[in-house]
Amino acid sequence: MSQLDFSTTLGSAWFPSPIFTASGCASSGKELAQFFDLRDMGAVVTKSIMTKPRAGRPTPRMAETPSGMLNSIGLQGPGIDAFLANDIPWLVEQRARIIVSIAGETAEEFASLARRLRGVAGISAIEVNISCPNVENRGQVFACQLDSAQSVIEGVRRTIGGDLPIIAKLSPDVTDIVSIARGVVDAGADALALINTVLGMVINPNTMRPHLGGRTGGLSGPAIRPIAVRAIYQVHDALPKIPILGMGGVSSGADAFELILAGASGVSVGTASFGNPTAIMKIQAELKQILSNKGFKSLREAIGFAHRPESSVR
Amino acid sequence: MAGINRNAAQILATIVGNKRVGQYHQILIGVGELVSQCRPGNFVAISVGGSSSKMILRRAFAISRITTSAKFGGTIELIVAPHGGGSSWLCGLPEGEQIDITLPLGTAFGIPTTSVNALLVGGGYGSAPLFGLAEVLKERGCRVDMLLGASTGSKIYAPLEGKRSVNSLRIFTEDGSMGETGRITTPIPQLLSELRIDVIYSCGPMAMLKAISDILVDGDVVHQCAVEEAMACGIGICMTCVLPVKNEAGKISNLRSCVDGPVMDGAAIEWDLVGKTVIL
Repeated sequence: MSQLDFSTTLGSAWFPSPIFTASGCASSGKELAQFFDLRDMGAVVTKSIMTKPRAGRPTPRMAETPSGMLNSIGLQGPGIDAFLANDIPWLVEQRARIIVSIAGETAEEFASLARRLRGVAGISAIEVNISCPNVENRGQVFACQLDSAQSVIEGVRRTIGGDLPIIAKLSPDVTDIVSIARGVVDAGADALALINTVLGMVINPNTMRPHLGGRTGGLSGPAIRPIAVRAIYQVHDALPKIPILGMGGVSSGADAFELILAGASGVSVGTASFGNPTAIMKIQAELKQILSNKGFKSLREAIGFAHRPESSVR
Repeated sequence: MAGINRNAAQILATIVGNKRVGQYHQILIGVGELVSQCRPGNFVAISVGGSSSKMILRRAFAISRITTSAKFGGTIELIVAPHGGGSSWLCGLPEGEQIDITLPLGTAFGIPTTSVNALLVGGGYGSAPLFGLAEVLKERGCRVDMLLGASTGSKIYAPLEGKRSVNSLRIFTEDGSMGETGRITTPIPQLLSELRIDVIYSCGPMAMLKAISDILVDGDVVHQCAVEEAMACGIGICMTCVLPVKNEAGKISNLRSCVDGPVMDGAAIEWDLVGKTVIL
Protein backbone atom coordinates (compact mmCIF):
# COMPACT_ATOMS: atom_id res chain seq x y z
CA MET A 1 0.00 0.00 0.00
CA SER A 2 2.75 2.44 0.91
CA GLN A 3 4.42 1.84 -2.46
CA LEU A 4 1.42 2.99 -4.46
CA ASP A 5 2.07 6.17 -6.45
CA PHE A 6 -1.30 7.89 -6.06
CA SER A 7 -0.34 11.13 -7.83
CA THR A 8 -1.82 12.41 -11.07
CA THR A 9 -1.48 15.24 -13.55
CA LEU A 10 -3.91 17.39 -15.50
CA GLY A 11 -1.86 19.09 -18.19
CA SER A 12 1.16 20.60 -16.41
CA ALA A 13 -0.53 20.54 -12.99
CA TRP A 14 0.54 17.82 -10.53
CA PHE A 15 -1.64 16.56 -7.70
CA PRO A 16 -0.76 14.08 -4.93
CA SER A 17 -4.22 12.49 -5.14
CA PRO A 18 -6.65 12.00 -8.03
CA ILE A 19 -9.71 12.83 -5.88
CA PHE A 20 -11.12 16.36 -6.20
CA THR A 21 -14.26 18.22 -5.25
CA ALA A 22 -16.70 18.83 -8.10
CA SER A 23 -17.42 22.41 -9.02
CA GLY A 24 -20.61 23.69 -7.39
CA CYS A 25 -20.60 20.97 -4.76
CA ALA A 26 -18.14 22.37 -2.25
CA SER A 27 -18.56 26.13 -2.50
CA SER A 28 -14.98 27.36 -1.92
CA GLY A 29 -13.97 24.66 0.53
CA LYS A 30 -14.69 26.29 3.91
CA GLU A 31 -17.71 24.13 4.72
CA LEU A 32 -15.95 20.81 4.06
CA ALA A 33 -12.79 21.96 5.85
CA GLN A 34 -14.49 21.48 9.20
CA PHE A 35 -14.80 17.75 8.41
CA PHE A 36 -11.35 17.02 6.92
CA ASP A 37 -8.08 18.70 5.95
CA LEU A 38 -8.36 20.05 2.39
CA ARG A 39 -4.66 19.30 1.83
CA ASP A 40 -5.43 15.59 2.06
CA MET A 41 -7.24 15.59 -1.30
CA GLY A 42 -6.17 16.35 -4.87
CA ALA A 43 -7.62 19.84 -5.18
CA VAL A 44 -10.62 21.97 -4.40
CA VAL A 45 -12.48 22.80 -7.60
CA THR A 46 -14.34 25.98 -6.68
CA LYS A 47 -17.94 26.82 -7.47
CA SER A 48 -18.06 28.41 -10.94
CA ILE A 49 -17.36 32.09 -10.50
CA MET A 50 -18.80 34.84 -12.69
CA THR A 51 -17.91 38.51 -13.10
CA LYS A 52 -20.74 39.94 -11.00
CA PRO A 53 -22.47 38.71 -7.84
CA ARG A 54 -25.39 36.51 -8.82
CA ALA A 55 -28.49 35.53 -6.82
CA GLY A 56 -29.27 32.42 -8.86
CA ARG A 57 -32.59 30.83 -9.62
CA PRO A 58 -35.77 30.87 -7.50
CA THR A 59 -36.61 28.11 -5.04
CA PRO A 60 -37.46 25.25 -4.99
CA ARG A 61 -33.99 24.47 -6.27
CA MET A 62 -33.83 20.80 -5.43
CA ALA A 63 -35.68 17.55 -6.01
CA GLU A 64 -34.44 14.18 -4.87
CA THR A 65 -34.92 11.43 -7.45
CA PRO A 66 -34.15 7.69 -7.24
CA SER A 67 -30.36 7.48 -6.66
CA GLY A 68 -29.99 11.08 -7.71
CA MET A 69 -31.14 14.64 -7.42
CA LEU A 70 -32.02 17.59 -9.61
CA ASN A 71 -30.56 20.98 -8.80
CA SER A 72 -31.46 24.34 -10.22
CA ILE A 73 -29.08 26.77 -8.54
CA GLY A 74 -28.23 28.94 -11.53
CA LEU A 75 -24.65 29.85 -10.59
CA GLN A 76 -25.37 31.81 -7.40
CA GLY A 77 -22.11 33.35 -6.29
CA PRO A 78 -20.26 36.39 -4.95
CA GLY A 79 -18.63 37.52 -8.21
CA ILE A 80 -14.93 37.56 -9.08
CA ASP A 81 -13.95 40.57 -6.91
CA ALA A 82 -15.22 39.09 -3.64
CA PHE A 83 -13.95 35.67 -4.68
CA LEU A 84 -10.39 36.94 -5.21
CA ALA A 85 -10.54 39.04 -2.03
CA ASN A 86 -11.92 36.31 0.27
CA ASP A 87 -11.97 32.78 -1.08
CA ILE A 88 -8.60 32.45 -2.81
CA PRO A 89 -6.55 33.90 0.11
CA TRP A 90 -8.38 31.56 2.50
CA LEU A 91 -7.68 28.50 0.33
CA VAL A 92 -4.04 29.53 -0.08
CA GLU A 93 -3.77 29.90 3.68
CA GLN A 94 -5.09 26.35 4.08
CA ARG A 95 -2.41 25.25 1.61
CA ALA A 96 -5.10 23.54 -0.44
CA ARG A 97 -4.48 23.01 -4.13
CA ILE A 98 -6.94 25.07 -6.13
CA ILE A 99 -8.70 24.70 -9.46
CA VAL A 100 -10.81 27.78 -10.16
CA SER A 101 -13.97 27.18 -12.15
CA ILE A 102 -15.22 30.11 -14.24
CA ALA A 103 -18.54 30.70 -16.00
CA GLY A 104 -19.65 33.50 -18.29
CA GLU A 105 -22.63 34.60 -20.32
CA THR A 106 -20.44 35.41 -23.31
CA ALA A 107 -17.07 34.28 -24.65
CA GLU A 108 -15.77 37.76 -23.72
CA GLU A 109 -16.83 37.30 -20.08
CA PHE A 110 -14.90 34.03 -19.89
CA ALA A 111 -11.82 35.75 -21.31
CA SER A 112 -12.05 38.67 -18.90
CA LEU A 113 -12.42 36.26 -15.95
CA ALA A 114 -9.31 34.43 -17.17
CA ARG A 115 -7.51 37.78 -17.28
CA ARG A 116 -8.39 38.38 -13.61
CA LEU A 117 -6.98 34.97 -12.66
CA ARG A 118 -3.77 35.27 -14.64
CA GLY A 119 -0.99 35.90 -12.19
CA VAL A 120 -3.01 35.00 -9.08
CA ALA A 121 -0.66 32.88 -6.98
CA GLY A 122 -1.72 29.47 -5.75
CA ILE A 123 -3.99 28.35 -8.60
CA SER A 124 -3.17 24.98 -10.20
CA ALA A 125 -5.58 25.10 -13.14
CA ILE A 126 -8.71 26.76 -14.52
CA GLU A 127 -11.89 24.86 -15.22
CA VAL A 128 -13.92 26.54 -17.92
CA ASN A 129 -17.55 25.69 -17.22
CA ILE A 130 -19.19 25.92 -20.62
CA SER A 131 -21.87 23.38 -19.73
CA CYS A 132 -23.98 24.63 -16.81
CA PRO A 133 -27.52 23.56 -17.70
CA ASN A 134 -29.19 26.03 -15.32
CA VAL A 135 -29.30 29.08 -17.56
CA GLU A 136 -32.36 30.70 -19.12
CA ASN A 137 -31.02 30.54 -22.64
CA ARG A 138 -29.85 27.17 -23.99
CA GLY A 139 -27.59 29.17 -26.30
CA GLN A 140 -25.50 29.88 -23.21
CA VAL A 141 -24.72 26.19 -22.85
CA PHE A 142 -21.68 26.76 -25.02
CA ALA A 143 -20.65 23.10 -24.82
CA CYS A 144 -23.73 22.09 -26.84
CA GLN A 145 -22.36 23.71 -30.00
CA LEU A 146 -18.94 23.18 -31.45
CA ASP A 147 -18.29 26.72 -32.64
CA SER A 148 -19.41 28.45 -29.44
CA ALA A 149 -17.49 25.94 -27.31
CA GLN A 150 -14.36 26.61 -29.34
CA SER A 151 -14.69 30.39 -29.25
CA VAL A 152 -14.83 30.37 -25.42
CA ILE A 153 -11.79 28.11 -25.08
CA GLU A 154 -9.82 30.08 -27.70
CA GLY A 155 -10.51 33.31 -25.86
CA VAL A 156 -9.45 31.90 -22.50
CA ARG A 157 -6.33 30.32 -24.02
CA ARG A 158 -5.32 33.57 -25.66
CA THR A 159 -5.79 35.49 -22.43
CA ILE A 160 -4.18 33.07 -20.03
CA GLY A 161 -1.09 32.30 -22.08
CA GLY A 162 0.68 28.99 -21.72
CA ASP A 163 1.14 28.78 -17.95
CA LEU A 164 -2.10 27.57 -16.41
CA PRO A 165 -3.74 24.37 -17.67
CA ILE A 166 -7.26 24.89 -19.02
CA ILE A 167 -9.84 22.22 -18.26
CA ALA A 168 -12.97 22.45 -20.45
CA LYS A 169 -16.08 21.11 -18.72
CA LEU A 170 -18.42 19.43 -21.17
CA SER A 171 -22.09 18.46 -21.18
CA PRO A 172 -23.32 14.93 -21.88
CA ASP A 173 -26.43 16.46 -23.48
CA VAL A 174 -25.01 16.42 -27.01
CA THR A 175 -25.28 14.09 -29.96
CA ASP A 176 -21.55 13.48 -30.26
CA ILE A 177 -19.40 14.38 -27.27
CA VAL A 178 -16.23 13.23 -29.03
CA SER A 179 -16.51 15.92 -31.69
CA ILE A 180 -17.02 18.63 -29.03
CA ALA A 181 -14.07 17.24 -27.05
CA ARG A 182 -11.84 17.25 -30.12
CA GLY A 183 -12.96 20.78 -30.96
CA VAL A 184 -12.11 22.30 -27.57
CA VAL A 185 -8.75 20.51 -27.49
CA ASP A 186 -7.99 22.00 -30.92
CA ALA A 187 -9.01 25.39 -29.47
CA GLY A 188 -6.45 25.09 -26.69
CA ALA A 189 -7.91 23.03 -23.82
CA ASP A 190 -5.27 20.98 -21.97
CA ALA A 191 -7.75 18.71 -20.25
CA LEU A 192 -11.45 17.89 -20.18
CA ALA A 193 -13.92 17.67 -17.31
CA LEU A 194 -16.58 15.04 -18.02
CA ILE A 195 -19.48 15.26 -17.25
CA ASN A 196 -21.64 18.15 -16.11
CA THR A 197 -25.15 17.31 -14.88
CA VAL A 198 -27.76 15.93 -17.25
CA LEU A 199 -30.74 18.19 -18.00
CA GLY A 200 -33.85 16.81 -16.33
CA MET A 201 -37.25 17.71 -14.93
CA VAL A 202 -39.65 16.66 -12.19
CA ILE A 203 -43.36 17.46 -12.23
CA ASN A 204 -45.10 17.59 -8.86
CA PRO A 205 -48.20 15.35 -8.96
CA ASN A 206 -49.95 17.49 -6.32
CA THR A 207 -49.53 20.87 -7.97
CA MET A 208 -49.38 19.26 -11.44
CA ARG A 209 -46.68 21.78 -12.37
CA PRO A 210 -42.87 21.59 -12.71
CA HIS A 211 -41.45 21.19 -9.21
CA LEU A 212 -38.31 23.32 -9.60
CA GLY A 213 -38.49 27.11 -9.62
CA GLY A 214 -36.31 27.06 -12.73
CA ARG A 215 -38.55 24.30 -14.19
CA THR A 216 -35.61 22.23 -15.46
CA GLY A 217 -32.55 21.20 -13.46
CA GLY A 218 -29.32 19.25 -13.63
CA LEU A 219 -29.48 15.57 -12.67
CA SER A 220 -26.57 14.27 -10.60
CA GLY A 221 -25.79 11.35 -8.32
CA PRO A 222 -25.32 7.60 -8.91
CA ALA A 223 -28.19 7.64 -11.44
CA ILE A 224 -25.93 9.32 -14.03
CA ARG A 225 -22.74 7.35 -13.39
CA PRO A 226 -23.13 5.05 -16.43
CA ILE A 227 -23.49 8.14 -18.62
CA ALA A 228 -20.24 9.52 -17.19
CA VAL A 229 -18.44 6.20 -17.71
CA ARG A 230 -19.65 6.06 -21.32
CA ALA A 231 -18.64 9.67 -22.08
CA ILE A 232 -15.19 9.25 -20.52
CA TYR A 233 -14.67 5.95 -22.33
CA GLN A 234 -15.64 7.40 -25.72
CA VAL A 235 -13.50 10.51 -25.35
CA HIS A 236 -10.46 8.64 -23.98
CA ASP A 237 -10.76 6.21 -26.88
CA ALA A 238 -10.63 9.05 -29.40
CA LEU A 239 -8.15 11.30 -27.53
CA PRO A 240 -6.01 8.99 -25.37
CA LYS A 241 -3.38 11.66 -24.64
CA ILE A 242 -5.83 14.25 -23.25
CA PRO A 243 -6.24 14.02 -19.48
CA ILE A 244 -9.81 13.75 -18.24
CA LEU A 245 -11.17 14.91 -14.89
CA GLY A 246 -14.05 12.46 -14.56
CA MET A 247 -17.20 12.99 -12.52
CA GLY A 248 -20.78 11.82 -12.31
CA GLY A 249 -22.33 9.94 -9.40
CA VAL A 250 -19.13 8.74 -7.75
CA SER A 251 -19.85 7.76 -4.14
CA SER A 252 -17.38 4.93 -3.47
CA GLY A 253 -13.81 3.97 -4.26
CA ALA A 254 -15.14 1.37 -6.70
CA ASP A 255 -17.08 4.08 -8.55
CA ALA A 256 -13.95 6.25 -8.81
CA PHE A 257 -11.99 3.20 -10.02
CA GLU A 258 -14.60 2.63 -12.75
CA LEU A 259 -14.12 6.19 -14.10
CA ILE A 260 -10.34 5.77 -13.99
CA LEU A 261 -10.55 2.48 -15.91
CA ALA A 262 -12.68 4.32 -18.50
CA GLY A 263 -9.90 6.89 -18.92
CA ALA A 264 -10.12 9.50 -16.16
CA SER A 265 -6.85 10.85 -14.71
CA GLY A 266 -8.71 12.41 -11.81
CA VAL A 267 -12.14 12.03 -10.27
CA SER A 268 -14.35 14.77 -8.83
CA VAL A 269 -16.82 14.02 -6.07
CA GLY A 270 -19.91 16.20 -5.98
CA THR A 271 -23.35 15.05 -4.90
CA ALA A 272 -21.88 12.35 -2.64
CA SER A 273 -20.58 15.12 -0.35
CA PHE A 274 -24.17 16.33 0.16
CA GLY A 275 -25.14 12.97 1.62
CA ASN A 276 -21.84 12.43 3.43
CA PRO A 277 -19.52 15.34 4.29
CA THR A 278 -16.55 12.96 4.54
CA ALA A 279 -17.33 11.12 1.28
CA ILE A 280 -14.14 12.44 -0.34
CA MET A 281 -11.91 10.94 2.36
CA LYS A 282 -13.81 7.63 2.25
CA ILE A 283 -13.62 7.40 -1.55
CA GLN A 284 -9.92 8.25 -1.54
CA ALA A 285 -9.08 5.57 1.02
CA GLU A 286 -11.19 2.94 -0.77
CA LEU A 287 -9.62 3.76 -4.14
CA LYS A 288 -6.10 3.35 -2.73
CA GLN A 289 -7.08 -0.03 -1.35
CA ILE A 290 -8.62 -1.19 -4.65
CA LEU A 291 -5.59 -0.12 -6.70
CA SER A 292 -3.27 -1.98 -4.32
CA ASN A 293 -5.49 -5.06 -4.27
CA LYS A 294 -5.48 -5.14 -8.08
CA GLY A 295 -1.68 -4.99 -8.07
CA PHE A 296 -1.25 -1.53 -9.54
CA LYS A 297 1.97 0.22 -8.56
CA SER A 298 0.64 3.59 -9.61
CA LEU A 299 -2.65 5.29 -10.35
CA ARG A 300 -1.30 6.12 -13.82
CA GLU A 301 -1.15 2.42 -14.78
CA ALA A 302 -4.90 2.13 -14.17
CA ILE A 303 -5.97 5.13 -16.26
CA GLY A 304 -7.87 3.85 -19.30
CA PHE A 305 -7.16 0.22 -18.40
CA ALA A 306 -10.59 -0.84 -19.70
CA HIS A 307 -9.43 0.03 -23.22
CA ARG A 308 -6.66 -2.57 -23.22
CA PRO A 309 -7.14 -5.87 -24.99
CA GLU A 310 -8.35 -8.88 -22.95
CA SER A 311 -4.88 -10.44 -22.95
CA SER A 312 -3.57 -7.67 -20.73
CA VAL A 313 -6.03 -8.46 -17.91
CA ARG A 314 -4.27 -8.75 -14.58
CA MET B 1 -23.70 35.68 7.72
CA ALA B 2 -22.75 32.70 9.78
CA GLY B 3 -20.58 31.17 7.05
CA ILE B 4 -20.24 27.64 8.33
CA ASN B 5 -21.57 25.41 11.08
CA ARG B 6 -18.52 25.64 13.30
CA ASN B 7 -19.58 23.14 15.92
CA ALA B 8 -20.84 20.49 13.51
CA ALA B 9 -19.50 16.95 13.61
CA GLN B 10 -20.38 13.77 11.76
CA ILE B 11 -20.75 10.80 14.10
CA LEU B 12 -22.24 7.32 14.35
CA ALA B 13 -24.85 7.58 17.10
CA THR B 14 -27.08 5.03 18.78
CA ILE B 15 -30.87 5.16 18.90
CA VAL B 16 -31.63 4.87 22.62
CA GLY B 17 -35.38 5.32 22.36
CA ASN B 18 -38.07 5.13 19.68
CA LYS B 19 -41.62 5.49 20.92
CA ARG B 20 -44.70 5.94 18.76
CA VAL B 21 -46.92 8.69 20.10
CA GLY B 22 -50.08 9.14 18.03
CA GLN B 23 -49.06 9.90 14.45
CA TYR B 24 -45.45 10.71 15.19
CA HIS B 25 -42.39 9.08 16.75
CA GLN B 26 -40.36 10.39 19.64
CA ILE B 27 -36.80 9.30 18.86
CA LEU B 28 -33.96 9.61 21.36
CA ILE B 29 -30.38 9.53 20.08
CA GLY B 30 -27.25 9.21 22.19
CA VAL B 31 -24.78 11.83 20.94
CA GLY B 32 -22.46 12.08 23.96
CA GLU B 33 -20.48 15.26 24.50
CA LEU B 34 -21.98 16.92 21.44
CA VAL B 35 -25.12 17.79 23.45
CA SER B 36 -23.15 20.58 25.05
CA GLN B 37 -23.01 22.25 21.60
CA CYS B 38 -26.74 21.80 20.84
CA ARG B 39 -29.19 24.69 21.35
CA PRO B 40 -32.94 25.04 20.76
CA GLY B 41 -33.38 25.83 17.06
CA ASN B 42 -30.44 23.72 15.86
CA PHE B 43 -31.11 20.79 13.58
CA VAL B 44 -29.47 17.50 12.60
CA ALA B 45 -29.00 15.73 9.25
CA ILE B 46 -29.33 11.95 9.17
CA SER B 47 -28.30 9.50 6.47
CA VAL B 48 -31.30 7.27 5.70
CA GLY B 49 -32.08 3.92 4.13
CA GLY B 50 -28.84 2.03 4.79
CA SER B 51 -25.82 1.57 2.55
CA SER B 52 -27.73 0.41 -0.55
CA SER B 53 -30.38 3.13 -0.29
CA LYS B 54 -31.61 4.95 -3.40
CA MET B 55 -32.19 7.93 -1.07
CA ILE B 56 -28.87 9.72 -1.43
CA LEU B 57 -29.58 12.86 0.60
CA ARG B 58 -29.68 13.33 4.36
CA ARG B 59 -32.92 14.15 6.11
CA ALA B 60 -33.01 17.24 8.31
CA PHE B 61 -34.85 17.26 11.66
CA ALA B 62 -35.07 19.96 14.30
CA ILE B 63 -33.76 19.02 17.74
CA SER B 64 -36.80 19.16 20.01
CA ARG B 65 -35.16 18.60 23.39
CA ILE B 66 -31.70 18.10 24.83
CA THR B 67 -31.12 15.97 27.92
CA THR B 68 -28.33 14.25 29.78
CA SER B 69 -29.12 10.96 31.44
CA ALA B 70 -26.95 8.79 33.69
CA LYS B 71 -27.58 5.76 31.51
CA PHE B 72 -27.08 7.16 27.98
CA GLY B 73 -25.05 10.34 28.53
CA GLY B 74 -26.05 13.21 26.28
CA THR B 75 -29.16 12.59 24.22
CA ILE B 76 -31.20 14.61 21.76
CA GLU B 77 -34.89 14.11 21.04
CA LEU B 78 -36.42 14.30 17.57
CA ILE B 79 -40.14 14.34 16.77
CA VAL B 80 -40.54 12.56 13.44
CA ALA B 81 -43.69 11.92 11.41
CA PRO B 82 -43.30 8.96 9.03
CA HIS B 83 -44.33 10.92 5.92
CA GLY B 84 -41.88 9.85 3.22
CA GLY B 85 -39.39 7.07 2.63
CA GLY B 86 -36.59 8.57 4.72
CA SER B 87 -38.63 9.51 7.80
CA SER B 88 -40.47 6.14 7.68
CA TRP B 89 -37.12 4.30 7.61
CA LEU B 90 -35.94 6.29 10.63
CA CYS B 91 -39.19 5.67 12.54
CA GLY B 92 -38.79 1.94 11.89
CA LEU B 93 -35.36 1.68 13.51
CA PRO B 94 -35.21 -0.31 16.76
CA GLU B 95 -33.36 0.87 19.86
CA GLY B 96 -29.67 0.00 19.71
CA GLU B 97 -29.39 0.68 15.97
CA GLN B 98 -26.64 3.06 14.82
CA ILE B 99 -27.22 6.01 12.52
CA ASP B 100 -24.87 8.36 10.66
CA ILE B 101 -25.76 11.83 11.92
CA THR B 102 -24.31 15.33 11.47
CA LEU B 103 -24.96 17.86 14.25
CA PRO B 104 -25.54 20.45 15.51
CA LEU B 105 -26.42 22.41 12.38
CA GLY B 106 -27.75 25.90 11.80
CA THR B 107 -28.48 28.89 13.97
CA ALA B 108 -30.21 28.68 17.36
CA PHE B 109 -33.01 30.76 18.86
CA GLY B 110 -31.56 33.82 20.53
CA ILE B 111 -32.18 33.73 24.28
CA PRO B 112 -32.80 37.10 25.95
CA THR B 113 -30.49 38.10 28.79
CA THR B 114 -33.37 39.61 30.76
CA SER B 115 -36.82 38.27 31.59
CA VAL B 116 -39.13 39.19 28.71
CA ASN B 117 -42.61 38.19 27.63
CA ALA B 118 -42.32 35.56 24.93
CA LEU B 119 -45.02 34.15 22.67
CA LEU B 120 -44.18 30.79 21.08
CA VAL B 121 -46.13 29.88 17.93
CA GLY B 122 -45.89 26.41 16.41
CA GLY B 123 -47.56 24.90 13.35
CA GLY B 124 -47.98 21.12 13.11
CA TYR B 125 -44.97 19.08 14.20
CA GLY B 126 -42.96 22.27 13.70
CA SER B 127 -43.88 23.00 17.30
CA ALA B 128 -41.50 20.30 18.57
CA PRO B 129 -38.41 22.50 19.24
CA LEU B 130 -40.56 25.13 21.00
CA PHE B 131 -40.92 22.96 24.11
CA GLY B 132 -37.15 22.72 24.61
CA LEU B 133 -36.99 26.47 24.01
CA ALA B 134 -39.78 27.09 26.54
CA GLU B 135 -37.77 25.33 29.25
CA VAL B 136 -34.73 27.53 28.56
CA LEU B 137 -36.83 30.71 28.54
CA LYS B 138 -38.51 29.72 31.79
CA GLU B 139 -35.13 29.26 33.44
CA ARG B 140 -34.34 32.84 32.38
CA GLY B 141 -37.47 34.01 34.17
CA CYS B 142 -39.41 34.80 31.02
CA ARG B 143 -43.17 34.65 30.78
CA VAL B 144 -43.87 32.01 28.10
CA ASP B 145 -47.22 31.69 26.33
CA MET B 146 -47.75 29.23 23.54
CA LEU B 147 -50.05 28.84 20.55
CA LEU B 148 -50.17 25.59 18.60
CA GLY B 149 -52.05 25.09 15.37
CA ALA B 150 -52.66 22.56 12.61
CA SER B 151 -55.25 21.61 10.02
CA THR B 152 -56.51 18.83 12.28
CA GLY B 153 -56.05 17.58 15.85
CA SER B 154 -53.91 14.56 14.96
CA LYS B 155 -51.22 16.89 13.62
CA ILE B 156 -50.87 18.78 16.89
CA TYR B 157 -47.74 18.01 18.88
CA ALA B 158 -48.28 18.92 22.52
CA PRO B 159 -46.60 16.59 25.02
CA LEU B 160 -48.02 16.65 28.56
CA GLU B 161 -44.67 17.38 30.19
CA GLY B 162 -44.13 20.30 27.79
CA LYS B 163 -47.18 22.08 29.16
CA ARG B 164 -45.44 22.50 32.51
CA SER B 165 -42.95 24.98 31.10
CA VAL B 166 -45.52 27.41 29.67
CA ASN B 167 -47.79 29.93 31.39
CA SER B 168 -50.60 29.24 28.93
CA LEU B 169 -51.23 27.02 25.96
CA ARG B 170 -53.95 27.48 23.34
CA ILE B 171 -54.55 25.07 20.49
CA PHE B 172 -56.21 25.91 17.17
CA THR B 173 -57.32 23.50 14.46
CA GLU B 174 -58.85 24.50 11.16
CA ASP B 175 -61.40 21.65 11.30
CA GLY B 176 -62.18 22.19 14.99
CA SER B 177 -61.24 18.62 15.93
CA MET B 178 -59.07 19.90 18.82
CA GLY B 179 -59.00 23.13 20.81
CA GLU B 180 -60.43 26.26 19.24
CA THR B 181 -61.58 26.35 15.63
CA GLY B 182 -59.66 28.63 13.30
CA ARG B 183 -56.22 29.79 12.34
CA ILE B 184 -53.37 30.10 14.81
CA THR B 185 -52.56 33.62 13.64
CA THR B 186 -56.01 35.06 14.41
CA PRO B 187 -55.49 35.73 18.16
CA ILE B 188 -51.94 37.12 17.78
CA PRO B 189 -52.77 40.88 17.35
CA GLN B 190 -54.86 40.87 20.54
CA LEU B 191 -52.30 38.84 22.52
CA LEU B 192 -49.50 41.26 21.60
CA SER B 193 -51.04 44.02 23.71
CA GLU B 194 -52.81 41.83 26.27
CA LEU B 195 -49.63 39.97 27.27
CA ARG B 196 -47.24 42.82 26.34
CA ILE B 197 -45.25 40.48 24.13
CA ASP B 198 -41.60 41.42 23.50
CA VAL B 199 -40.62 38.55 21.24
CA ILE B 200 -42.32 35.90 19.14
CA TYR B 201 -40.55 32.61 18.50
CA SER B 202 -42.14 30.62 15.70
CA CYS B 203 -41.66 27.49 13.70
CA GLY B 204 -43.87 25.74 11.21
CA PRO B 205 -44.96 26.16 7.59
CA MET B 206 -43.62 29.14 5.66
CA ALA B 207 -47.12 30.58 5.10
CA MET B 208 -47.61 30.76 8.87
CA LEU B 209 -44.22 32.43 9.40
CA LYS B 210 -45.02 34.99 6.72
CA ALA B 211 -48.46 35.70 8.25
CA ILE B 212 -46.83 36.38 11.64
CA SER B 213 -44.26 38.70 10.03
CA ASP B 214 -47.08 40.58 8.31
CA ILE B 215 -48.84 41.10 11.67
CA LEU B 216 -45.61 42.43 13.24
CA VAL B 217 -44.59 44.69 10.38
CA ASP B 218 -45.36 48.01 12.10
CA GLY B 219 -44.44 47.16 15.68
CA ASP B 220 -41.21 46.60 17.56
CA VAL B 221 -41.89 43.00 18.57
CA VAL B 222 -38.93 40.81 17.62
CA HIS B 223 -39.76 37.81 15.44
CA GLN B 224 -37.36 34.87 15.53
CA CYS B 225 -38.64 32.26 13.12
CA ALA B 226 -37.25 28.85 12.22
CA VAL B 227 -37.75 28.43 8.47
CA GLU B 228 -38.42 25.25 6.51
CA GLU B 229 -36.74 25.12 3.11
CA ALA B 230 -35.85 21.97 1.16
CA MET B 231 -32.14 21.23 1.51
CA ALA B 232 -29.79 18.62 0.09
CA CYS B 233 -26.73 18.84 2.35
CA GLY B 234 -27.46 20.77 5.57
CA ILE B 235 -23.85 21.99 5.78
CA GLY B 236 -23.81 24.89 3.32
CA ILE B 237 -22.39 23.43 0.11
CA CYS B 238 -25.43 22.68 -2.08
CA MET B 239 -26.99 26.19 -2.21
CA THR B 240 -30.53 24.80 -2.57
CA CYS B 241 -32.10 26.02 0.72
CA VAL B 242 -31.73 29.75 0.11
CA LEU B 243 -34.08 32.54 1.20
CA PRO B 244 -34.04 36.23 0.19
CA VAL B 245 -32.87 38.23 3.22
CA LYS B 246 -32.25 41.96 3.55
CA ASN B 247 -29.17 43.08 5.47
CA GLU B 248 -28.81 46.24 7.58
CA ALA B 249 -27.72 48.22 4.53
CA GLY B 250 -30.94 47.21 2.75
CA LYS B 251 -29.21 44.85 0.33
CA ILE B 252 -31.08 41.64 -0.52
CA SER B 253 -29.23 38.39 -1.03
CA ASN B 254 -30.08 34.69 -1.05
CA LEU B 255 -28.87 33.22 2.25
CA ARG B 256 -28.63 29.52 3.04
CA SER B 257 -31.17 28.47 5.64
CA CYS B 258 -28.82 25.67 6.82
CA VAL B 259 -26.03 27.99 8.01
CA ASP B 260 -27.61 31.47 8.15
CA GLY B 261 -30.81 29.81 9.44
CA PRO B 262 -32.99 27.99 10.23
CA VAL B 263 -33.60 30.65 12.90
CA MET B 264 -33.78 34.00 11.14
CA ASP B 265 -35.08 37.48 11.88
CA GLY B 266 -38.60 37.40 10.44
CA ALA B 267 -38.39 41.12 9.67
CA ALA B 268 -35.29 40.62 7.49
CA ILE B 269 -36.78 37.92 5.26
CA GLU B 270 -38.24 39.25 2.03
CA TRP B 271 -41.32 37.05 2.17
CA ASP B 272 -42.79 38.32 -1.10
CA LEU B 273 -39.59 37.31 -2.91
CA VAL B 274 -39.53 33.71 -1.62
CA GLY B 275 -39.72 31.49 -4.70
CA LYS B 276 -39.04 34.45 -7.00
CA THR B 277 -35.96 35.53 -8.91
CA VAL B 278 -33.87 37.96 -6.85
CA ILE B 279 -32.27 40.76 -8.84
CA LEU B 280 -29.00 41.92 -7.28
